[in-house]
Amino acid sequence: MKKDIRDILQDRILVLDGAMGTMIQRYKLEEEDFRKGWFEDHIQPLKGNNDLLSLTRPEIIREIHAAYFEAGADIAETNTFSGTTIAQADYGLESAVYDINYHSAKIAREVADEFTAKEPNKPRFVAGSIGPTNRTASISPDVNDPGFRAITFEELVVAYTQQTEALLDGGVDILLVETVFDTLNAKAALFAIDEVCIKRGIKVPIMVSGTITDQSGRTLTGQTTNAFLISVSHMDLLTVGLNCALGASMMRPYLQVLNKNAPFGVSAHPNAGLPNEFGEYDETPEMMASQIKEFLDENLVNIIGGCCGTNPKHIKAIAELAAQYKPRKIAVNV
Amino acid sequence: MSESKVTLRLSGLEPLIVTPESNFVNVGERTNVTGSRKFLRLIKEELFDEALSVARDQVEGGAQIIDVNMDEGMIDGKEAMVRFLNLMAAEPDIARVPVMIDSSKWEIIEAGLQCVQGKGVVNSISLKEGKDVFIEQASKIKRYGAAVIVMAFDEKGQADSYERRIEICERSYRILVDEVGFPKEDIIFDPNIFPVATGMEEHNNNALDFFNATKWIRENLPGAHVSGGVSNVSFSFRGNNVVREAMHAAFLYHAIQNGMDMGIVNPTMLEVYDDIDKELLEYVEDVLLNRRDDATERLLDYAETVKGEGGKKREKDMSWRENDVRERLTYSLVKGITDFIEEDVEICRQQFERPIEVIEGPLMDGMNVVGDLFGSGKMFLPQVVKSARVMKKAVAYLLPFIEEEKQGGRSAAGRVLMATVKGDVHDIGKNIVGVVLGCNNYEVIDLGVMVPPEKIIETAINEQVDVIGLSGLITPSLDEMVTVAKEMERANLNIPLMIGGATTSRVHTAVKIEEHFTKDQTVHVLDASRSVTVVESLLGPKKETFVKELREEYAKVRENHTRNRAQKKLLSLADARKNKYDINWSDFTVKAPNQTGLHNVSVTTEELLPYIDWTPFFRTWELHGKYPAILEDEVVGTEATKLFADAQEMLKTIQTENWLTHKGVVGIFPANAVEDDIELYSDNGEVIHTTSTMRQQLQKAVGVPNIALSDFIAPKETGKTDYLGGFVVTSGIGIESKIAAFEADHDDYNSILLKALADRLAEAFAEYLHEKVRKEIWGYAQEESLDNEALIKEAYQGIRPAPGYPACPDHTEKIGLFQLLEAEERTGVSLTDSLAMYPTASVSGWYFAHSESKYFGVGRITREQVESLANRKGYSVEDMERWLSPNMH
Repeated sequence: MKKDIRDILQDRILVLDGAMGTMIQRYKLEEEDFRKGWFEDHIQPLKGNNDLLSLTRPEIIREIHAAYFEAGADIAETNTFSGTTIAQADYGLESAVYDINYHSAKIAREVADEFTAKEPNKPRFVAGSIGPTNRTASISPDVNDPGFRAITFEELVVAYTQQTEALLDGGVDILLVETVFDTLNAKAALFAIDEVCIKRGIKVPIMVSGTITDQSGRTLTGQTTNAFLISVSHMDLLTVGLNCALGASMMRPYLQVLNKNAPFGVSAHPNAGLPNEFGEYDETPEMMASQIKEFLDENLVNIIGGCCGTNPKHIKAIAELAAQYKPRKIAVNV
Repeated sequence: MSESKVTLRLSGLEPLIVTPESNFVNVGERTNVTGSRKFLRLIKEELFDEALSVARDQVEGGAQIIDVNMDEGMIDGKEAMVRFLNLMAAEPDIARVPVMIDSSKWEIIEAGLQCVQGKGVVNSISLKEGKDVFIEQASKIKRYGAAVIVMAFDEKGQADSYERRIEICERSYRILVDEVGFPKEDIIFDPNIFPVATGMEEHNNNALDFFNATKWIRENLPGAHVSGGVSNVSFSFRGNNVVREAMHAAFLYHAIQNGMDMGIVNPTMLEVYDDIDKELLEYVEDVLLNRRDDATERLLDYAETVKGEGGKKREKDMSWRENDVRERLTYSLVKGITDFIEEDVEICRQQFERPIEVIEGPLMDGMNVVGDLFGSGKMFLPQVVKSARVMKKAVAYLLPFIEEEKQGGRSAAGRVLMATVKGDVHDIGKNIVGVVLGCNNYEVIDLGVMVPPEKIIETAINEQVDVIGLSGLITPSLDEMVTVAKEMERANLNIPLMIGGATTSRVHTAVKIEEHFTKDQTVHVLDASRSVTVVESLLGPKKETFVKELREEYAKVRENHTRNRAQKKLLSLADARKNKYDINWSDFTVKAPNQTGLHNVSVTTEELLPYIDWTPFFRTWELHGKYPAILEDEVVGTEATKLFADAQEMLKTIQTENWLTHKGVVGIFPANAVEDDIELYSDNGEVIHTTSTMRQQLQKAVGVPNIALSDFIAPKETGKTDYLGGFVVTSGIGIESKIAAFEADHDDYNSILLKALADRLAEAFAEYLHEKVRKEIWGYAQEESLDNEALIKEAYQGIRPAPGYPACPDHTEKIGLFQLLEAEERTGVSLTDSLAMYPTASVSGWYFAHSESKYFGVGRITREQVESLANRKGYSVEDMERWLSPNMH
């Protein structure tokens, strides 16, 4: 029986893996790669629906997980960012959601276990990635009808319940509700997770990671970092953190807010800088690590990793750095 | 590490943290249909804008939480709750505070909980229907992430004494904490505020019991808070605001002293405790604290004396209304206030000659302020949306006047299609642009968000739009915009394309989009305020000038960009080769040429006329603009037309007097790529020539290859025979004597004209021959059918890169090409010492047929590649370096 992640988190900073999409791009996949063996006759184009690769090109996903573990990551995120019926509806693949999540979790589980077996003193974990979907429950897409909503809380709960069940069936250790740009969506995910856990009589560590969209320090739906923290604090979280949208240095002030106020662990997986005018991320591992060093010097985080534009080289640099630091102390909730 | 103590934390868009120091949390109660007749009427009549103003007044008046209650028999409470909460969420200056979802019906509470992203408060639950229901509801509230108000109410009824109050509160607390696991700090008790001075003796202790119960709760139920609806206490004095306000203030004073830390109070119905008339205060406190048996009578008597005075009202800050009307408009736009917009717009309308000027002037000025604030992070998205709505209202008000002015409705100035591209949901900016354009008399067709390219194209065609505007915020949208541009190109849409959105840039538009869309102009629109000017320029009479300037600007941007890029990292040659352009050769079959070997080609001037691309001809004369539009150009049109007439005349003479002879040679050879070289073979397989291509070395983004021309030819190891063609054409044979004659005559004009025409004819010849190669000589595209315009746009399969141009900057390759084709003997074109072709009206190059072959720029290379080339080609490194120096610095 491996050590509980909560205990490990008291001892050292854990490293989350880097971008999945950035790595997948390297394989220059074509339409057929997204169909192979599963969706050969599907009527809609599927290229770009990366979550499907866990089914159609599992060896690639396996390879990416292995590359991150090799680089020093402790936690791999499953390839399930868009693994909800809501996100898959764009492709007409609502029916594939269970398979996507189950197999993605299973692949990551297997790779994690291989690495744990090789290196028992550094157990590897799998976090089931739960993305925001492509709809917002608290903003209207129609400027003339601000009261309109393209998705309801209940619909989100149904979709997230299905994803959670499949991720757990596939063997994830952690559930990671990430890239939260609308806190109401995240609350629906947490609602679903709580129900599933109670139904199953289990307790699963949960990470929540919000996205501060710009220098205003707010989420897309207008919440300040602290308001976001308060809005998700009703769950006993493993960590609360920030990811995406910003590079490491721009994320720092908002991590300070979390550090100061969060009764949980704090996580960060920033982008490799801000995208240039072509949407490419060009921050090198060295540049990124030097900014992350500031978080570590300030003792701001318990889990650190990378989001858009990061690759195993970034994670390697981050892991080497993180190993030299003690984790942030987590307040014990009275 | 976390420094914060466990305490009640709520949130709207901003946090509300209740600490002992925060004294008292004021809950706004005017958005309650049971407590406000006005609000009920607004909801019943669906006057939501005004209903929202009620909420805004509360926040501006100091409410820290907004209580929303829709419990009324005549309205669908659940629907009204959802609707109003969703509308409030779109009002940042209301949504910044947490919401209190107030209902006696669980289904309304639950529907409300599903609408708030922040941590709100449920008002309320109780043990009224028993423990099971209480536990179930509390568990759900916890899961939704809200705090809860628990009424002192149980199966037996509402607590009306001190003892019953503490009994029920303690029991509720233990169930919540011990059985539900509800956070202590999220429990708020409402121990019932009942009226006093009712004349009934059993009510005399109502306030005092409340104070004492509050004290007990705060001392015995750790973490829990106490709240209550204060106005209840003065129920008997309805209509007498002086007394009521004094009662509220005094009640609050004592309740807070005893530990009440939250309450539902109408701040406009509240006197300041210290300002209460001392006599009145004494009577009021006698009643509240049940200090005298005749307390009620004494207060009633006093009340008679102040009846009808109404009492003063606390006003929110309305000083901005005293400003100049333009400032007021800006204020309304920035704050998203619609209440005064029509009034202010009307004042403006009377100041201006034409109603449209109100939009173009003060309203746009205000929107610019919004744009600036947004740009600098001082406003955020929902506020901007709100500003847009104010703008829309203002415009809606002005529209009838504008229509009237138009006398019977002139048609719109133009039709603009707007869309947020596929994969992106962000549309604020797009909507603002839509509004602004709509304001300026453009008809806007808004396709919404996540719009696939095919829908954009289809709508553009069906609706005959005049311009397309694409928007997007996330970075993948940049690529999606490129896709749309390519699709527009494919669909032959000759309408302008506007690009906008946070991650878009002039650089990206210039470098990535503009070149893919040649049917019309692509423009990056920096912000909404510029959209009108841009659309006006694109659709108006000055389009040519505008486009001309834009093209020059974008060309410069590209140049700078390339230069900047040059600062970037270069890969080693080996790494660049690893990242070659990867063509899947396994299922590749090449069309064997119909004719191999060398062929002389001759053609008449007449045959070349349809292939002439006139635009560069005008450029030679420094007349910028696209043919044929340039002939109508406001600035250069007259000159261009004259020049064109002269050119036509000279072309006739060239034909009739046979001034120019056109000669060409073409050859197609079996070929294979060997690393960056391409070997050409004789029919029996011997290597007859090797051409060395150059590879891009600039470090590319993931997934973008480092190309060399050799990538487009099947590698030798595939075992497949591929082909490479070469050509040299000239239209300059015979030109010299004519030029000499003109120059002798000091006729520079005709000299230049002839040279320019010969150049055009040589280019036309190359185009003509390329087509002949595709259709006949090689024949890989026998079915191709393209008009001249399509040819100019190079809308065919295959490329013909010329040595000395970006894809193969190495001029020395011409030497081998000329030898291979016996070009000098067959065409009369020779190479100068610096490897220029003579006559100058000549074109040479290679033919690549693969469908994926494309033009590119080699860009900067390392000395390593120069050495490799020197080695492969048998040059000294110094010589090679000299030829390639432009690519090394």
